[in-house]
Amino acid sequence: MNAYKRFDKLVPKEEKNRIDYRVRMEDILELPELKFNPFKERICKVFSTSDKKDGSLDFDDFLDFLSAFSESATLEIKSHYAFHIFDFEDDGTLGRQDLKQLVNCLTGKADKTSLTADEMKQLINNILAESDIDKDGTVNLSEFQHVISRSPDFVSSFKIVL
Amino acid sequence: MSFIGDEQFEGGNKEKRHREKRRDGSKDRRKRANAKRRERSRADRENEEFEERLVKREKGRRGRVKNDQEAKKREQEEGAGAQVKSGKTAKVKKNIKNEKRRMSEKAGEAGERTEKGKKRVESAKKETATVKHGTRDKTREERKKKRKKVFETSSEHKTSEQDSEDKENSEDKEVKPESLSPDELEKLKEAVDEKKKLIQSLRGKPWPMKKKLVTLRESQQFLEKYEGALGKGKGRKLYAYKVMMTKKWMKFQRDFENFKTACIPWEMKIKEIESHFGSSVASYFIFLRWMYGINMILFGLTFGLVMVPEALMGRPYGSIPRKTVPRAEEASAMDFAVLWDFGGYAQYSVLFYGFYSNQRAIGWLKFRMPLSYFLVGVGTVAYSYMVVIRTMARNANESGVGDDNSFNFSWKMFTSWDYLIGNPETADNKFASITTCFKEAILEEQESRKDDNIHLTRFLRVLANFLVLCCLAGSGYLIYFVVRRSQKFALDGFENHTWWERNEVNMVMSLLGMFCPMLFDVISTLENYHPRVALQWQLGRIFALFLGNLYTFIIALMDEINVKREEEKIVKFNITMWEASLYNGTVSENFTASPITIHPADVPRGPCWETMVGQEFVRLIISDTMTTYITLLIGDFLRAVLVRFLNHCWCWDLEAGFPSYSEFDVSGNVLGLIFNQGMIWMGAFYAPCLPALNVLRLHVSMYLQCWAVMCCNVPQERVFKASGSNNFYMAMLLVILFLSTLPAIYTIVTIPPSFDCGPFSGKNRMFDVIRETLESDFPAWFSKVFSYASNPGLVLPFILLMVLAIYYLQSTSKSYKEANVELKKKLQMQNEENKKKNKKAAQKALMDLEEARKVALESAGHQRNNNASFQGQEARDREMEQATRVPRPSNHMSHRTPGYLPNFPLQSEAMIRRAPSLQRH
Repeated sequence: MNAYKRFDKLVPKEEKNRIDYRVRMEDILELPELKFNPFKERICKVFSTSDKKDGSLDFDDFLDFLSAFSESATLEIKSHYAFHIFDFEDDGTLGRQDLKQLVNCLTGKADKTSLTADEMKQLINNILAESDIDKDGTVNLSEFQHVISRSPDFVSSFKIVL
Repeated sequence: MSFIGDEQFEGGNKEKRHREKRRDGSKDRRKRANAKRRERSRADRENEEFEERLVKREKGRRGRVKNDQEAKKREQEEGAGAQVKSGKTAKVKKNIKNEKRRMSEKAGEAGERTEKGKKRVESAKKETATVKHGTRDKTREERKKKRKKVFETSSEHKTSEQDSEDKENSEDKEVKPESLSPDELEKLKEAVDEKKKLIQSLRGKPWPMKKKLVTLRESQQFLEKYEGALGKGKGRKLYAYKVMMTKKWMKFQRDFENFKTACIPWEMKIKEIESHFGSSVASYFIFLRWMYGINMILFGLTFGLVMVPEALMGRPYGSIPRKTVPRAEEASAMDFAVLWDFGGYAQYSVLFYGFYSNQRAIGWLKFRMPLSYFLVGVGTVAYSYMVVIRTMARNANESGVGDDNSFNFSWKMFTSWDYLIGNPETADNKFASITTCFKEAILEEQESRKDDNIHLTRFLRVLANFLVLCCLAGSGYLIYFVVRRSQKFALDGFENHTWWERNEVNMVMSLLGMFCPMLFDVISTLENYHPRVALQWQLGRIFALFLGNLYTFIIALMDEINVKREEEKIVKFNITMWEASLYNGTVSENFTASPITIHPADVPRGPCWETMVGQEFVRLIISDTMTTYITLLIGDFLRAVLVRFLNHCWCWDLEAGFPSYSEFDVSGNVLGLIFNQGMIWMGAFYAPCLPALNVLRLHVSMYLQCWAVMCCNVPQERVFKASGSNNFYMAMLLVILFLSTLPAIYTIVTIPPSFDCGPFSGKNRMFDVIRETLESDFPAWFSKVFSYASNPGLVLPFILLMVLAIYYLQSTSKSYKEANVELKKKLQMQNEENKKKNKKAAQKALMDLEEARKVALESAGHQRNNNASFQGQEARDREMEQATRVPRPSNHMSHRTPGYLPNFPLQSEAMIRRAPSLQRH
């Protein structure tokens, strides 16, 4: 109910009657809940079913997004979507490039907070050493889910409330 | 806002979804319809015959959704306009329930209808092609196209069609359960079970909503259709009934779940805070709510089983000395100042221990008051233990698996972002904390961290600890001193002293609790610890401070109790003298006059130490609450106001500089809460009103703190994870619970109760009440059994047995852990092996590929030679062409000879990818 209202706000007046109206990514990103999320673009892209790959969401996608981040979603669903959010290259695995981008997202834009190249390399090596079980240089979905399922606070932190 | 889950989404836009689903699902449905057409064709032939029965069955099926039918009729009458509106059900909130039911029913019917439509079209080709069917199919096609543009008209179409289709629904029919063979029935059953499983597991599948809904509807519809076909005759009816009931029951459960979530108090508030400040601040409020729940239950116990019975059925006020205000205090008993101190009338009321009489049974119910009092006292403690330990165990279960450090980095990476954060400052802090976290982790990993001057830091740390110890000792002594001084004042009588002198103890304790943590904070900067370690030290010190304060308070109280008991002895002696003299006096004056004429207020009485203890605790709680609120108002609100409004006319930036806004101090607040609860547990036995007071306090502080956090706090700089600390808080609560029940139990067991007040007056010890009940209220054999059971010869082996059981459980858990480690090792080994295998396979494939290429090249060479010999030298251009063309057939060859080899690397990759998931299970 509330979800519909929130979505309705994003839809311009003259388009109200069309059920398949897609909200542009820029509008979605302005939602206060998402505004400060470093992964907001990724979230939009992952949940968008648009043909043009522009990250726009229609109401169904919006609901998908909310249900994945809702409290009642299972760990499996959450980790599945989290994996896709972290998969910046959309190639089905988390490679070094993805991890690098992920670290950059997590450490923010400011220069003083970002890591040096050495640190970054060290960090990524460590991560791969831990979670890349089959040693192929990338983290795939099942490895990711394995890691996540052991984490104590993933479920509690991976949620968004409107 | 909150989601209860997918269910609500379905409710939210099901109408729209429904339409989409029809379109999407029609393909799949067609397939299935084809598969089952054969079965049904038989039934089709017998259509006419069975028509009547079918109609009946249909009716029966609809009967159970009578309401839906009605709703549907109404809808149809309302026409297209209503339909469009209902398409946006989200807007029509009140209709939602109706809609849901209507929807589910329609989904089933709609599915059937489309299916039938398909079938009909096909059969029409064979037999008599009716124009109607064709047109209908066309309209459907049209509708699909138009739907996006002409929404309203299409829905009109639909409604009109629904009418026609509904009529036809009953005409031709599909399954005849009677006509199915047992084999088919078995298959059907399997299919039904499968679908059921699918429905159950649907929620856990990471599919998009559309797909989910389509599959859900499909399988539901499938179930609906074939469930009735299982079983025969009477059994079938029963089965259908059972299915129906399960459905209803499930629906009820779902509604109940929704209702339950709606009933959780302050959910919205906490969610709001959570979205602003992250989960750690919210965890405090959740903890507060949990505490509130516990206190509610404690309050219910004491209020329902002790206070109310005594107030209703006990002797009324003024009937006996312990229930009357003494003559000396009567004048001031109603003064506000006295009442505020819980003296006067408040002291002689159900709020305190002293008021209760020692009658064994009161009222027409023969309510065993003293026993009930004792059992409630024990029960509250036992219940608290149980709840705390159960919660701890549950928390440990939830997070206990992830105790190993094997994924330290990955967790930091993948799970460190708190998606709830919706506030720029919090986000910035989070960024910073994540970065430092990464950096620290890297440093730790490298183990290259070196102290620049280890002696200096060591010295500073020792100094800091020394200072802290001084602080603790000082605060302890101060409290002791103040309590002793207040006893002196009490002996003098409170009237001669100022307000400060009367409330000195509580004020000093509250002030110490307020300022010492700040002092510790300053001292801890000396130590140069890592922030997390520093926080632990800080928490530990505050804990020690509170505990020390509480225990000095208790020790001082014990002193006072001893003093009172001395006093009591004297008073007792005096009373016997007084009674004797009174008796003598009456005897001498008038033989018939009896001592009853004396007003209870005039009877001298002992200083009831239990009431005194209760009063002290109540005062402590009150002053503690007051200090908390006042600090909140001054420290947070006033500061925020000053910073906000003076910022324009100040020399430096107040918001960024010194005063700034205050942070919400989660750990401090939690500690405060825990100690408050400890005091409640300690004092609840002597002042039954304490849980009630605490409930009130928690209720107020919930609102007040929510407000303060939202309006005048900034998020913490160091953002800590909530889940990790939950059990830490619980462990502290458990320690406090133990420490606070210790003195209470000690007083109950060792100190004899006062002789003239409270439910246990006249007894040697308080727990004598149990023996008394056993002797007088239970049959003789029971007390015999009890005495045997409490025999040391029986108790000792029992304790031994328990210890052994604990040891056994611990060792098994240890072995499980070891097995876990072993399994992990095995897994890694297997992974490595697999990897090797894959590598080998890939290498082999490469080799084969190369060989194949060689072969192909050779053959190509042959071909060229042939060409050359055949065509001679006249056509060189052609030869060139040929040469360029050669690789193509050779490629083709390589595809064939070693098979799929060029694809192999890809496949092996896929295998690698699949491998870990296989082994995990």
